[in-house]
Amino acid sequence: MATTVKHPQGSPAIVKLEGVTKRFPGIVANDRVDLEIHPGEVHVLLGENGAGKSTLIGMLSGLQQPDGGRILIDGAEVAIRSPSHALSLGIGTVFQHNMLVPTLTVAQNLALGGRWWESPKISELADRVAQIAQPLGIDINLDARVSELSLGEQQQVEIVRALLRDSRLLILDEATSMLTPKGIAELGALMRRLVERGLAIVFITHKLGEAADFGDRVSVLKLGRKVGEISPERLRSLDRTALVDEIVAMMFGREAGDDAVSIPPRAANDDALLEVRDLHVSPTGDAPGLDAISFTIGHGEILGIAGIDGNGQKQLAEALAGQRAAERGSVVLAGQTLDGLDVGGRRQKGLRYLTDDRLGEGTVGSFPVSINYFLKQVGEPPLWRSGVEQRGEIGKRAEELNRQYDVRTPSIATPIGRLSGGNIQKVLIARELAEGARAVIFNKPTYGLDLANTLATRQRIRDIASQGLAVLLISTDLEELLSMCHRIAVISQGRLVGTVPNGEGAAERVGRLMIGLAA
Amino acid sequence: MSGFFSETFLAALLFGAVTAAIPLLLAGLGEQMSEKAGVLNIGIEGMMITGAYLGFVGAYYSGSFWLGFLSGAAGGVAVAALMALLCVRIGLNQIVIGIALTLGFEGLTALLHHFQFSKSYPRLGAVQVTPIPLLESIPIIGPALFRQHLIVYLSIAMVGLMVWIYRRTQLGLNLQAAGDKPAALDVAGIDVIRTRTIAVLFTGGMAGLGGAFLANVGAGLFIPFITNGAGFLGIVLAMLARGRPVWVLAGALIFGVCLSMTTAAQVAGVNIPTDVIQMLPFLAVMAMLVLFGRRASLPAALGIPYERGVR
Amino acid sequence: MRATTLDASAGQTLRQDIGRRMAITVGPILVSLVLAGCVLLAVGVNPVAYYGFVIERGLLSPLGLQQTLTRMAPLLFIAAGLIVAFRAGMWNLGGDGQFLLGAVTAAASAPLLVQVLPGWLALLTAFLMATIVATVWSLVPALLRAYQGVNEIITTLMMSFLGVSLANVLVKLVFLDPGTTVPQTRTLPVADRLPRLFDTTITSGLVFGLVAIVAVHLVMTRTAFGLKLRTVGANPRAAVHAGLSVPLLTVAVFAISAALIGMGGAIDIIGVQGNVRADWNPAYGMAVIPVVFLARMNGFAAIGFVFLLSVLSIGGESAARRLGVPQTFTLVLVSIVLITLAVAEYLDHRYQQARRA
Repeated sequence: MATTVKHPQGSPAIVKLEGVTKRFPGIVANDRVDLEIHPGEVHVLLGENGAGKSTLIGMLSGLQQPDGGRILIDGAEVAIRSPSHALSLGIGTVFQHNMLVPTLTVAQNLALGGRWWESPKISELADRVAQIAQPLGIDINLDARVSELSLGEQQQVEIVRALLRDSRLLILDEATSMLTPKGIAELGALMRRLVERGLAIVFITHKLGEAADFGDRVSVLKLGRKVGEISPERLRSLDRTALVDEIVAMMFGREAGDDAVSIPPRAANDDALLEVRDLHVSPTGDAPGLDAISFTIGHGEILGIAGIDGNGQKQLAEALAGQRAAERGSVVLAGQTLDGLDVGGRRQKGLRYLTDDRLGEGTVGSFPVSINYFLKQVGEPPLWRSGVEQRGEIGKRAEELNRQYDVRTPSIATPIGRLSGGNIQKVLIARELAEGARAVIFNKPTYGLDLANTLATRQRIRDIASQGLAVLLISTDLEELLSMCHRIAVISQGRLVGTVPNGEGAAERVGRLMIGLAA
Repeated sequence: MSGFFSETFLAALLFGAVTAAIPLLLAGLGEQMSEKAGVLNIGIEGMMITGAYLGFVGAYYSGSFWLGFLSGAAGGVAVAALMALLCVRIGLNQIVIGIALTLGFEGLTALLHHFQFSKSYPRLGAVQVTPIPLLESIPIIGPALFRQHLIVYLSIAMVGLMVWIYRRTQLGLNLQAAGDKPAALDVAGIDVIRTRTIAVLFTGGMAGLGGAFLANVGAGLFIPFITNGAGFLGIVLAMLARGRPVWVLAGALIFGVCLSMTTAAQVAGVNIPTDVIQMLPFLAVMAMLVLFGRRASLPAALGIPYERGVR
Repeated sequence: MRATTLDASAGQTLRQDIGRRMAITVGPILVSLVLAGCVLLAVGVNPVAYYGFVIERGLLSPLGLQQTLTRMAPLLFIAAGLIVAFRAGMWNLGGDGQFLLGAVTAAASAPLLVQVLPGWLALLTAFLMATIVATVWSLVPALLRAYQGVNEIITTLMMSFLGVSLANVLVKLVFLDPGTTVPQTRTLPVADRLPRLFDTTITSGLVFGLVAIVAVHLVMTRTAFGLKLRTVGANPRAAVHAGLSVPLLTVAVFAISAALIGMGGAIDIIGVQGNVRADWNPAYGMAVIPVVFLARMNGFAAIGFVFLLSVLSIGGESAARRLGVPQTFTLVLVSIVLITLAVAEYLDHRYQQARRA
């Protein structure tokens, strides 16, 4: 669709970045990045997790200051000091993690930022919201509490808020990560209407398809550097496949189709190794429940769980691992029932759970790497004898695991919080695969990893399956699931709505299940 | 026993309840604003004792209750400014600093009191009441509620003011955002640090005023450690009130009645050591926490210093 | 709200770090002495004379030093109890109530027990009873925190006020010594108290205190149980993920913490005081909290800081009698130290960050 619209070409850039550099302890997040943002264009900023996209918008929105280079606004150099300064310059940002106060109503959220002694002028606000939202086809209930809105609705509120502030540049950070395919399409249409009115949009994503579908101009970031840009003229001259191929070449420095689909072979004897029957979990205040979940996984099989984030994936993983109480249902591993066992008991029987929240619950950041390896074995011999820590033994084992899993750390005594995401993930994988693993639950195992670590992790999962273990792979990245699963089940609102064998046409069928259609 | 429920007795009981409730009300309303904005203000006890001391000093030397209240509030604000600087601005641990401020100012006021007043132990004169015409002649309630010092009416009016601020003003929205999602407030262009600083300073002023009331109106003199946990009770009131000023008032009155009843019982000749009286409010708090503890709600970002760009 | 930021326990400290740590510890203490000295000046006391007097009476004079070492006994137990709680991320601020209830239990039981049991067994029984009473007192905040999620800062403070008053009520109404007009419990005869060390007046309770705090330090740093507690303190979600029973550990933490503090109360009675007078509340529990922070929850460092606190406390008591400076000055000094130290740590952290970047 992007190719059919006429743009006000040649208009000067609103924002121009020249050689912008930002360093954090241990890494260069942005390395001499140049960027031009023009009105009337959707400028897609494409890159993988860790490519430096978030840091770049952090600097544009006043959350962070560059260490080097210049930011020009309307041709003049400006230091964007704070979020309010960015707003006053006409830069509005919709962050990946929404920036609305859940306990306030939509109207109150939109009114945030006024002078403190004034009363929020809600009726005046309602008029302006109507003026802005109606032509864009957005329907907003001003009196609803934000916590009651869907993520897509919350995003629309944030876009309207940016427009209320007379933003000339709208930055959308990973705006589609929480949306259904239908919601994504709607957002694309909305962006189109906005640029037609002369707005500039920076659209940040790590998904190739979205870049091709929505972008007027595409810049590709990789490991903090800008590795390529496709101008509107060139973009219009390419068809979608050629465009995707070109972007892939920029992102990965290799030919398209390289991220080979490789499904590990498995023996024909299909006796179930992990069997889950009629699992129910009650919803809690902040988490959906699970409803009649049943599935089996055979020896060496990878079962994928696809779905929009927040549809019960985490609850499923936690219920299986024993971290969350199930109302009813049974879990059987290799003929032994796990019902009534706690986390430790299930782990003993061979059920392992790799959490998606590496820093929040996977590790204790201030503890050394060595202790984090054995956090789920505290007190067990030979690492502890009569409850007393055997430092020599723990050190020896940790060194061994460092070598075996290629963990890069200054020393085993380094607090694990100082390691990169990829290395922390290796520590966690090593922990879960420790002796006796039979079935492993991977929850978003490659989230936030760089390309090399992502590929290595995927290969590790394939290897585990090849050894005859059962694998449950939860991921919101459909490409990832398609690249290695034997079967893919789709979860929606706490129910498994269908299971699709991987192969020809699986992507479309999974996609249909995700938006509530029959496969 | 016949006199136990006489009109005068009930009036005295109620009067005592209101007098005991006002410091708790002020401390509770003050703490409520801090907690709304995401600061757990353990230093409130230190602000209150400073308010009590300076309030007494101010009233004693000037001879004016009003100057006493003013200097008490100013003292509370001064301690709060220290707290805001250390905990809000540079993000030190709120509990460590809160305890340090409480201990330090309890010690300091006791020290100053020792050198100034330990020989003379001066008292203030009787409290000047402002009766409200007509209402004061209602039996029982009249003398209890409508023959009070003007500051009592003003304190109760503060409840309405707080409701208005939280419900109707931009400041109210800002405070709630600072406690529930500070990053959202920051990207909306409001300085989180400044918002929280305002809240902490307000807490200091209210706690200082409450302390001054406790010393000047409640006791008529200052003695070391006079607040004896009243500030901490304010924290509990704020926690249980879940952001509603009216509930702070209700809670403060319940405590007030509690305290007043035991005093009255003593007057009526029931022999109870003062320690039992001192236990009652805390016993009531524990009972309430056991019953409603699960529902005491605190803002999401309570106690977490805000740092821009850290998610 | 947890103690995570203070938990420096995880990493092994490097040698060069220790020198820097000394610098950012000693420097602020000197600054605090100057600041507190200004307070003294303001009330017309010569700070140099005051400090000199405190050091003379608390540290240099043989009798003062012995008193200082004796004072350490209960403080070490309290510090041990607080280290357990703070390292596990639980803010047990109820030390005063737990201490006094332990003390009253010991004072109520020991004088009676020595009449029927052999001396050592009587003291041990009284000691254990005090421990149990203090432990039971901590159950309410523990259970509320573990199973209802009620903030323990508030509940322990409330229970502390309650405990202090209850201890007084018990002394005045229940355990009153009928043999005297002074409101106090029966007195444990000096001969029946814990023996003194060698030919000094130092109580052997000091040895028990040292054993307790060293044992706590080793358990917290070297054992599986200690690691589990530290995991709960540093990242409770990681503890749940690793399969630890956080509610049970929470109750255990409170029980151990209160037990140790109750032991402190008992050791003070059966070793030093012999009885509890009405309205006696030394408020050791609150005074030791800053000490534990200053020691960064390290048991060995805490021994040093408890010694300093004892010097200040004994010297301060003397100064109160001789120079007329009330003991509350010690509170002022300790809190100024705590604040300057926190600020110094912050500045050091900023400096380190700036250097790395």
